[in-house]
Amino acid sequence: MLVTHLAAIRRIAVAFVFGLVPLAAWADDIAQFKVTKGTVYVERGGQRLVASVGTRLQSTDTVVTGADGSAGIAFIDNSLLSVGPNSVLAIERYAFNSTTHEGVFDTTLRRGTLAVVSGKIAKQSPEAMKVRTPSSILGVRGTEFLVQTGH
Amino acid sequence: MQYPHCAALISIALILGGCATPNRDLIVLLPDKDGKVGTVVVQNPKGGTVLNTAYATARTAPDGSIQSSQAAQGEVKEMFGDALGAQPPRPISFMLYFESGTDQFTEQSKLEVKRLLAEMGRRQAPDITVIGHTDLVGSDPSNDTLSLQRAERVKSILVGMGISAQRILTAGRGRREPLVSTADGSPEARNRRVEISVR
Repeated sequence: MLVTHLAAIRRIAVAFVFGLVPLAAWADDIAQFKVTKGTVYVERGGQRLVASVGTRLQSTDTVVTGADGSAGIAFIDNSLLSVGPNSVLAIERYAFNSTTHEGVFDTTLRRGTLAVVSGKIAKQSPEAMKVRTPSSILGVRGTEFLVQTGH
Repeated sequence: MQYPHCAALISIALILGGCATPNRDLIVLLPDKDGKVGTVVVQNPKGGTVLNTAYATARTAPDGSIQSSQAAQGEVKEMFGDALGAQPPRPISFMLYFESGTDQFTEQSKLEVKRLLAEMGRRQAPDITVIGHTDLVGSDPSNDTLSLQRAERVKSILVGMGISAQRILTAGRGRREPLVSTADGSPEARNRRVEISVR
């Protein structure tokens, strides 16, 4: 944890010195919570952050909702993902080129319910968006759909 | 770990490839807002299916295979009501044009900017992408640069109007997405535009 912390501080310090990353601009942010109800948090690098409307997400974040929770997220390619209660949604990989619309979007619904409205990534490249569950893999060709997984 | 024995048994079962309680999935394809239906291809180790009609459904059978059917009445709402209830509002696009050879929006576009601001006011934590587009005069790389410059210019105008720069992304789409189809090399004012996508 300490190492992670130091690495983060060093990264911020470097960014300041070289003026590379304007703090709080988009940088690595790929999405934003637009709706949150009840218990919603984000797991990032071993940390657990409480999520609220306006909280931004990065690639490899995991979104978790409690029994009373639900959340809606808008990605920068206009994909919309929302989860119901008792859900765990891992963003495994996200990349979007806003000039060409090429990208990759891999998520895994480990548990719970998910509603998807696909965005520019899936529209540009039919195989670029994948949603997995612990047992299945879904290839998405520009559409809206629902996924539920559990025992 | 509350049930270590159970977890161990499940692990062994998984290793043997015959878990007694396989993960159960339910996937339902929905029509878009305008009634169109896309495609979702569902696969697992025991097979797969293609969903391409409204409310077509794939579900895991007790033997672990995927079976397709039609979502039952009320099933969608019962199972997915909360997830659907949390869906963010759909993104909306606004189109802006400049008076020829100037930095000034056309009269029509000034009204469009007002509509954009009103839309942002209606949304929770709105963020926008300012997307420059060109006509089909010139090469890809030069149009990519030009369209991004236009987007940056509009961003600075919007920041001047009080929209936080932190809410604005810019993109140069170049000549890839003409609004009006024309012959290559044709100047076309309607294609030289800046689109603002509001989320």
